[in-house]
Amino acid sequence: MVQLTLPQNSKVKKGKTWPKPQGATNLRAFRIYRFTPEEEGNPRWDTYWVDMDRAGTMILDVLIYIKNNIDPTLAFRRSCREGVCGSCAMNIAGRNTIACTKGFEELPSGEVVIAPLPHQPVVKDLIPDLTNFYAQHAYVQPFLKTSTPTPEKEWRQSAEDRTKLDGLYECILCASCSTSCPSYWWNGDKYLGPAALLQAYRWLIDSRDEATGERLDDLEDPFKLYRCHTIMNCTQVCPKGLNPAEAIAKIKHMMVERVA
Amino acid sequence: MSEGQYLTPTKAARGLGSAKSGTQHHIRLRVTAIALVFLVPWFLYAVIKASGAGYEGALVWVGQPINATLLLLTAAAVSYHMRLGMQVIIEDYIAKTGTRTTLLILNTFAAYAMFIAVAMAVVQIWTAG
Repeated sequence: MVQLTLPQNSKVKKGKTWPKPQGATNLRAFRIYRFTPEEEGNPRWDTYWVDMDRAGTMILDVLIYIKNNIDPTLAFRRSCREGVCGSCAMNIAGRNTIACTKGFEELPSGEVVIAPLPHQPVVKDLIPDLTNFYAQHAYVQPFLKTSTPTPEKEWRQSAEDRTKLDGLYECILCASCSTSCPSYWWNGDKYLGPAALLQAYRWLIDSRDEATGERLDDLEDPFKLYRCHTIMNCTQVCPKGLNPAEAIAKIKHMMVERVA
Repeated sequence: MSEGQYLTPTKAARGLGSAKSGTQHHIRLRVTAIALVFLVPWFLYAVIKASGAGYEGALVWVGQPINATLLLLTAAAVSYHMRLGMQVIIEDYIAKTGTRTTLLILNTFAAYAMFIAVAMAVVQIWTAG
């Protein structure tokens, strides 16, 4: 069977509750996943009390507040803090998203649970190891492939064909979609996952690309493509509002079109 | 990747390469599903109707050419659709190669056995009538 429960050494135990800040009136509890590979023992849930009047508006602001004011050992990735780089993807209140565009007022009241992206190896705390995810992105060869000699000026594309790339090129590779997909949890070593397949479709549908057939050949596989069972978690969580499930369905259409 | 292996991420992601198949499976699963949209309601209606006529009545009903044909079609579509669907479920959830292969083979056997059993019964009743 696939592993439906966490292995013994990955079960998350109760951790430390950090002291409440003095004099704060607007407090909110954040339960955050902590794991340091160099330390013995299981991962743990640490609880932090945050003064929401001083923490900013987004979950990333809260994490930065905790790191600056409560616990400097808390590790997470972040860079652009405006939904462009995709670094701060994590599981917030049970849903994958990017911390920098998730306002804490959008969340239900009570304690907010923050964990790393599910079903990936954890490097430390909220930092997952996305090596396989990036390698799968590379597998779909996300760049223009042509055999016609490169034109002197540029590859031309009609305005109409250009609009076909809307909703596809905006992907920031945050991995929220792929790591929310049960098929990717069970068979992530073989299934390419929604993010890589959305990018595959972005190049399949590009009017300038001449490698459509080879691209379809590389995707036609019971695991690489057809593990998608249209569960739609990917579309539900995408912090950029993209629709990987639709892109995958369109790849399947193209597959059928070339045989029937 | 299991422990003790040193594979580059590219090697792991490419795996054994694309099987260049899967589209036929995808099409067949959907074609049988479309057939079953019509056959299953007919079958349920027919079973309810035939059950009221007792054993002898059921034999007569199955023995009619149109009913026998539709019954065989239903059995074929159900067993083939079941085989394809169960295959996907086994591939999804059974990670161990040996167990997975064994279950996939048993799944095929079960589907054929189910179809042959129904077909034998229908043909026997049909020819006896």
